[in-house]
Amino acid sequence: MNQSVLLDCQGLWKVYGPNAEKFLRGQLTSIDQTALEKAHLTAAVRDANLQIRKGEIFVIMGLSGSGKSTLVRCLSRLIKATAGSIRFEGQDLIGMSERELIEVRRKKMGMVFQHFALLPHLTVLQNVSFPLDVQGVRLTEREVRAREMIDLVGLTDRETAYPRELSGGQQQRVGIARSLVGDPHLWFLDEPFSALDPLIRHEMQNEFLRLQNKLHKTIIFITHDFEEAVRLADRIAVMKDGEIVQIATPEQLVTSPATDYVEEFTRHIPKTKVIQLVTIMQEGCPAGSYAGDLKQSLKVADVVTQVGQTSRPFRVLDHDGTPVGTVDRQKLVSIMLGQELVE
Amino acid sequence: MSIHFPNGLRKPVYFWLFLFTCTWLLSNYSFTLYKALGARWIIKFPSAWEWQLDVWISSFMTWLVEDAGFGLFTFRQLTRFLSALIEAPYNAMRALLADGFNSGLGQHAVEIFPAMSWVAITLLLVLLALCVGGRSLALLVGGCFLYLATFGQWQSAMVTLASIAIAVPIGVIGGLVLGILAYRSERFERLQRPVLDLMQTVPIFAYLVPILFLFGFGPVSALVATIIYAMPPMVRVVLVALQSVPEPLHEAGRMAGCTPRQMMWRVLLPSALPTLMVGVNQVIMLSLNMVIIASIIGAGGLGYDVLAALRRLDIGGGIEAGMAIVVIAIALDRLSQAFTKSDSSPNQSFGFVRSKPLLYFVIALMVTITMALLGKVWPVVQNYPEPMVLTTGRFWDEVIKWININFFEVFETVKTALLTYFLLPVKRFFVGIPWAWGIIALGLAGWRVSGAKLGLLCAALAGAIAANGLWREAMIAVYLCGVSVLLATAVGIPLGVWAGQSESANKILSTLVDTLQTLPSFVYLIPVVMLFRVGEFTAMVAIVIYAMAPALRYAAHGIREINPQVIEAGKVSGCTHWQLLWRIKLPLAVPSLLLGLNQTIMLALSMLVITALVGTRDLGQEVYIALTKANTGQGIVAGLAVAFIAIIADRILSALAKSSQARLGLVT
Repeated sequence: MNQSVLLDCQGLWKVYGPNAEKFLRGQLTSIDQTALEKAHLTAAVRDANLQIRKGEIFVIMGLSGSGKSTLVRCLSRLIKATAGSIRFEGQDLIGMSERELIEVRRKKMGMVFQHFALLPHLTVLQNVSFPLDVQGVRLTEREVRAREMIDLVGLTDRETAYPRELSGGQQQRVGIARSLVGDPHLWFLDEPFSALDPLIRHEMQNEFLRLQNKLHKTIIFITHDFEEAVRLADRIAVMKDGEIVQIATPEQLVTSPATDYVEEFTRHIPKTKVIQLVTIMQEGCPAGSYAGDLKQSLKVADVVTQVGQTSRPFRVLDHDGTPVGTVDRQKLVSIMLGQELVE
Repeated sequence: MSIHFPNGLRKPVYFWLFLFTCTWLLSNYSFTLYKALGARWIIKFPSAWEWQLDVWISSFMTWLVEDAGFGLFTFRQLTRFLSALIEAPYNAMRALLADGFNSGLGQHAVEIFPAMSWVAITLLLVLLALCVGGRSLALLVGGCFLYLATFGQWQSAMVTLASIAIAVPIGVIGGLVLGILAYRSERFERLQRPVLDLMQTVPIFAYLVPILFLFGFGPVSALVATIIYAMPPMVRVVLVALQSVPEPLHEAGRMAGCTPRQMMWRVLLPSALPTLMVGVNQVIMLSLNMVIIASIIGAGGLGYDVLAALRRLDIGGGIEAGMAIVVIAIALDRLSQAFTKSDSSPNQSFGFVRSKPLLYFVIALMVTITMALLGKVWPVVQNYPEPMVLTTGRFWDEVIKWININFFEVFETVKTALLTYFLLPVKRFFVGIPWAWGIIALGLAGWRVSGAKLGLLCAALAGAIAANGLWREAMIAVYLCGVSVLLATAVGIPLGVWAGQSESANKILSTLVDTLQTLPSFVYLIPVVMLFRVGEFTAMVAIVIYAMAPALRYAAHGIREINPQVIEAGKVSGCTHWQLLWRIKLPLAVPSLLLGLNQTIMLALSMLVITALVGTRDLGQEVYIALTKANTGQGIVAGLAVAFIAIIADRILSALAKSSQARLGLVT
């Protein structure tokens, strides 16, 4: 994993209250709850450290009030962090002037909002081309690009509709198209599917994965739904009371939760949907008769029918196709029964 | 914040009971007390302590008009410049709608281009109505303007319309500018808020005098007064509309890379447009409300007709011209409301007014020219034919006469009974309250509902009224206003509750209230004076009718807004219909009822001053006398006193509404 880092955030604090900045500057080394309370301050984000790598889907997961929305707004510089540093493509985001920020947002960032935040007086086409419009892109050009985006999210025939005439799912598709029209390097999605019905939500998640397969954006995705996080994320940051409790891949979270709090979430997640073959395979691949080959990144649940049909073991291949281990029916059964994982 | 009252007064009921008993005792025995102690200061504010505020203001105005200057130009030149700035477009508009464009003066005038013909104006407005509101609106608007033509009100109506057409854009743009400034800078907003409060609570009559001083008698003064009166709500609406744009839209705009200016003009204002249109509607309605009053300082048109008719006691003429104002008000109100709504349901076939305003303009120009040419051939097209004018003046005269002959006894009995058993005792109570106790009691009340800050404010405002030697007049105003508000809520709230529960009742009542609210306040006086002649009773009736609307509307709103699940929970618990109303709906509607009461008081106070024309003896009369004597200081001081009463009532009731909302958990 040596992908380059797109956004690097170190020691980030967002504290609300009188003279927060002054207070923090004085005692960054050790801030505790009582000291904050004494100064009538509330910390929405506490000492957040994270690195977003190019091309990954980074999910920030937390319940309401955990500070995830505040954190993402600090990262997109919609609000100014009280302390800490954010470097985006090597540039210091916190020290930027408003003018520079406008430039960054126009060219390099896109954001999708929980309640869509579409402009009620504009049509779908006008909404999607709005970010280009404010940059002063010519009408013909911006409409061509906006149409591309509308096609991409599958709303081709609704270009002239107004937001109020669309369903929630359709509105969010418009929101997605709008956030992508500037071809952003970093794509923020703030609980994009939380306001939708469960069925639509599932459909939109698939849609999102399909888009990402095509576009390979760097994504920061906010959600309060752990299952959604597990489904979509390359890596997850779990937040509680403004603090990042753990940053890990979905599999690591499930197999080795850092705290009881994280474990509480993972309890209801079927482990077979998260654990990859590479984690449970018997290492080494002796010569012999195998029923077939499986990629190491497959999840247990994906292969259970196939493996269960025969008593013979399967070979597990790594990214390059080299055999690195084996799995068999017995192994899968023991995982599914929830028995202790190997090692 | 914790205030420590003696234990017995902790419970609100006991506190208010205590306050009322003290007030009643002091009011009843203040005269005896004064006789016994020989202390005249008890009932009369010592004249040695009185401020000379009115004198100062008057001399300041004189200085301003006669001597003040800014170096390069004098103050008088400034007002002349402003006056010219307003007069030019007004004259053009008036020529276009009513008088025609002439060159030369008087006898030697040569008509260059005639005024728009009545056919053209009616046609264009009907087309506009068709575009924004569909066929029924077109019928209504067409009917209204045909009424103006057939009943011989056309010429006056067009003069009035011309002044509205100038006052409204200035009011809207001014409101927009001030509203945006207030939104951008919190400091400006803080500075502006008390000024707006005062502008909305000081009665119109009070600032007619200074305007008269600055701009002279004539249509310009009338326009300035109209704009000052109609603009403050627009400022507030703009501010509220901008502030209530949801936060995610701000964020979306910023993430799209909007500059602050793009943010304002591309995101905030357009998405706040429906609310802004409500403000525009307000400006139109308030401008119309001013039509009659503005004619006191020189506006011509319908307002002048009504005023002149009232002065001649020409009942029929007054009603006819008054009806014409009402008709214009209804037409303009519905038109501007349709603009607000048509945003959400664009009329496909005629939607072009919205998307291509230029096309409408071209059509308008063509129709105007065509009609002007046709008018040369057939004069009927240019001016509605004189012989076909109908008049209803006679009819109204007869109706009033008939009612007075047949029902005189009944009216008289009701009037006397109410006066003797209700109005006079209440009056005696209020007038008897010694000024010193009044100040203390208001201070205590403010303290109780919100805290020391409000208590001090209430006491200070009451003190200022007393210090200007207006305590007695103020108390008469409070009595008249209080009695009227009591009656208005006693009628309005039950009706509102009814409308809140029954869809059909709501339909009828809300149409009625909407219509009543579009009437300029002055119009209410006409029939009431005809039936009850002059006096406090007449004033009260007019105030009650005028001020009832918000009580009704807020009550209906409060009932309808209750979470239906709570009502279902009540039903499931086995409440009867009445229990549901008394135990669940009414308690939950209390904040709404209080807000309605607040609005009722504000309307009552604004009407109070107008009823000075029918012979009351309160602050309103004081203001009106100042107007007739052109005494700036007296008018402004009495006007401020009315404003102070309004502010005290508003702050106390708002605090009550807020705390009751908090108690019910309705505050987010």
